[in-house]
Amino acid sequence: MSEPTSSRAVSVEVNGETYELEVPARRLLVHFLRDDLGLTGTHVGCDTGNCGACTVHLDGLAIKSCMMLAVQADGARLTTVEGLAADGELTALQQSFSDHHALQCGYCTPGMLMSATALLAQNPHPSEDEVRVALQGNICRCTGYVNIVDAVVAAGETR
Amino acid sequence: MTTTTAPTTATEQATTLQKGYVGQSVPRKEDRRLVQGQGTFFDDVRRHGMGYVHFVRSPYAHARIVSIDVSEALALEGVYGTITGDEVAIHTDPFFEMSVEPGSRIKDYALAVGKVRHMGEPVAAVCAATRELARDAADLVQVEYEPLDVVVDGEEALKDEVVLHDDAGSNVVWQGVFDWGDVDQALAEADHVVKIKKLHFHRFSSTPLECAGALVEYDKGTGEWTIHCNHQMPGVGAIWMAPALRTGIDRLRFVTQDIGGAFGNKICLHPQFVVLCLLARKLGRPVQWTEWRTDQHTANAHGNERTFLDVEVAVRSDGTMTGFKVKALDDCGAFPRYEPLGCIIWAQVTPGCYAWRNIRVDFTQVCTNKSPVSPNRGYSRMQHLWLTERIVDIVAAELGLDPVEVRKKNYVKAEQMPYETPNGCVYDSGDYARCLDLALELIGHDTIEERRAEAKGRGKLLGLGIGSTLDSGTNNFGQSQLLNPELQFSGNNEAATVKLDIFGEVVVTLGTVPQGQGHETTAAQVVADIIGCTPDQVNVRRGHDTWFNSSAGFSGTYASQFAFTGLGAVKGAAELLRDEMIKLASIVFGVPEDAVELADAQARLKENHEAAIPFMGLGAIVNANNAFLPPDFNPTLNHRYVCRPIFGVVDKEAKKGKLTLTYATQIHACVVEIDEETGEVEIVDYAAVDDCGIRINPQIVEGQVHGATAHAIGAVLHETFAYDEDGTLLTSNFYDYHVPHALDMPTLKTGAIESPSPVAPLGAKGMGEGGGGGIHCVCSAIQDALRPAGGAIVYDSHNPNHRVWEMLRDPEATRANVEVVSK
Repeated sequence: MSEPTSSRAVSVEVNGETYELEVPARRLLVHFLRDDLGLTGTHVGCDTGNCGACTVHLDGLAIKSCMMLAVQADGARLTTVEGLAADGELTALQQSFSDHHALQCGYCTPGMLMSATALLAQNPHPSEDEVRVALQGNICRCTGYVNIVDAVVAAGETR
Repeated sequence: MTTTTAPTTATEQATTLQKGYVGQSVPRKEDRRLVQGQGTFFDDVRRHGMGYVHFVRSPYAHARIVSIDVSEALALEGVYGTITGDEVAIHTDPFFEMSVEPGSRIKDYALAVGKVRHMGEPVAAVCAATRELARDAADLVQVEYEPLDVVVDGEEALKDEVVLHDDAGSNVVWQGVFDWGDVDQALAEADHVVKIKKLHFHRFSSTPLECAGALVEYDKGTGEWTIHCNHQMPGVGAIWMAPALRTGIDRLRFVTQDIGGAFGNKICLHPQFVVLCLLARKLGRPVQWTEWRTDQHTANAHGNERTFLDVEVAVRSDGTMTGFKVKALDDCGAFPRYEPLGCIIWAQVTPGCYAWRNIRVDFTQVCTNKSPVSPNRGYSRMQHLWLTERIVDIVAAELGLDPVEVRKKNYVKAEQMPYETPNGCVYDSGDYARCLDLALELIGHDTIEERRAEAKGRGKLLGLGIGSTLDSGTNNFGQSQLLNPELQFSGNNEAATVKLDIFGEVVVTLGTVPQGQGHETTAAQVVADIIGCTPDQVNVRRGHDTWFNSSAGFSGTYASQFAFTGLGAVKGAAELLRDEMIKLASIVFGVPEDAVELADAQARLKENHEAAIPFMGLGAIVNANNAFLPPDFNPTLNHRYVCRPIFGVVDKEAKKGKLTLTYATQIHACVVEIDEETGEVEIVDYAAVDDCGIRINPQIVEGQVHGATAHAIGAVLHETFAYDEDGTLLTSNFYDYHVPHALDMPTLKTGAIESPSPVAPLGAKGMGEGGGGGIHCVCSAIQDALRPAGGAIVYDSHNPNHRVWEMLRDPEATRANVEVVSK
């Protein structure tokens, strides 16, 4: 039986806000973000780490928040999709997603944006192939990736 | 697979000039919230004191339930309660079955009662304070099973040696013969008869990224349930659920907001939702269930698997095909649920894109110990259209005909439109040959032989493929009477409301249940044009809510019909509002109605634009300042309209009628390269040309074409729900069930023509499902590539590298499937 009997105090900075709270040791980072902090923009699309809908930035790196326990993020600086558009001003990438119709249902979109934002931080002008490689850990079931790839390439071109 | 480097090109060939917002790629209203993580999906909804539900599922494909003991689970701190099949059998009635005997005798409850019939079937459910606790508690439920023999193959199931449903006494759900024209005479008069022993369309599904689920609240005082969910067809969901729960349909309120894809896979959620309703009532608290990915794959919604046997095709010496006959065996898994509708839905596109007049389909559907099926993008037509395209390519290969020319010779011609099919459906408009020419142009058809030779030098077999397909939309539920004459379903309907509020706000509610198709945007485009404002000034409420009072019996988003019924309802309501706004303004101005126009969010005099009442003024008069209005004029500025497409009545004897009203066309063409050593398939060029009549929003249409193509490419090369002989699903997550990733998808070239529908309110045809064109196309290309290597026949809709390798190694094994008898 695996009843959660232990918990731990966790301190994280998420989108510029500091949170300190007691978290069950077994809680996944994605459930901590969604259920404890109410940041429901980060999504869950699988049980196995394949889909990337839960992608967030941890100390500047794109990670899948379903593949990490919340307690492992103690002391980290996190950014979620809610943290991209400062003061409601869309980033060039967010605007490019809309301009290129790179989203339909919008469920994979937060993860796509976080992976692509991390790519553009490292490689400001990626080629189509580089974008496809960077997004291979994010599944989209609506778009066939065509417009997503175009949106990321275009966002790079306008930087 | 690697990606191509060719640029995406769009050959836009709009034939109809639009004025206003309809016809423009207006940016989507939905996007701003969705790119900021501000969408609201059902799993984002929280309620005080809610409990989390986890289902206890069968590890066996077929077993008798000896006992269920929930005592240990109930003893765990934080567990709110449990429910088992025995309780379900007491408190609910079985869901209604649509079939005739023997399928009608099947008893389908919300949880397994007495027996499990597929791996992953829910046998009990646990509700607890957290997701984690609910899962722990489910592990503590002790279920004793007595395993039974298993049948996972449709042809085996026909023998009834293992029977799933004792009440039915047979695995056959439905059986019937569809016979139009005179196929025996066509075969007798043919110069060539091409015979194909067996073709197989495999199991897969669209696997939307957001799994199914709901948060259900029960109001003890009123007996009403509120279901915050992602059900995509609430009207029909309620028709299933209310009688089972022994309540009125008015006691079920469905609320959807943003939905993370559905593709038909969220139509058959009534069993799980009934369990949630029972738990919410029993425990006196809101209960929430989010399906796990593994559970979605194992036990929710597979597409129909279909085997085609003993195909015979009549061909004249000039390549004209005059008819075919086939035995179709459909495998619907453990429970029919939405079935046996799939046994008739294909008949919407009986001849495919072709003008053959003599067709006989002997159709049987059986149950097996696999996951139940549900509608899946391209539902039932895709399987049949794949058959017609396989027939055309096999006929061409066996008789040495050019696959392009044989298609053009046999396509229904543009000048034949509107075209009545042998079973009384009417193809409303289209130009298949022109679409094919465009697709071939996009992939550089004229250089194909040079590229074939060049590839050969690299150890690659290059092939050209064509997939001609139809997306039939706006479904006549009367087709259900061709399966069961007693069923009281016919026609179709969808509702919308449009109102002008007190400060001039234009507010639209829909009965449809969008899942990414941009309904908020396209509805706003239509309204803006009719009442003279911008789409930004139109607030289309997100999602579906039974309490909007904008739903009808068949409300939902399915079967490629929003452009007809959904927007038809929006148009109708907006026109009623427009007429009333004009009348109101004419009274205020003291002029005839024809002196008033609506533009720039004002009612104004046509001859003097300075004399204008803003929308706010009109809204305020009716809602807050109406004393001066004449007593015989009682405006509401709040209109509901139900779009009821006109089909006429089906002929149950001849199995004829208008089964759907619009027929969008998609013609795909592609080039593949196959590695001669490994069988690896790479798509090196791909084009899809769409004709859905008037495109309300061309960018959204193109997005749907991309998405449908990706599903098809995934299905034909990667995705399969494979079972072992014990009925264990081998592909229960995204590791084993490989959906296309960004690196798997080729660049897609698209083109479009517009053949306006003469029957649709806006000339626009539903087109989201896509008809599986990519499956037909890639199968066609693989067969063409294999031609110089022994001429294997592509016999399955699923062609992963290992199957292609087998066809390379032993082409004769597939060729034994085909025989040509010539005079």
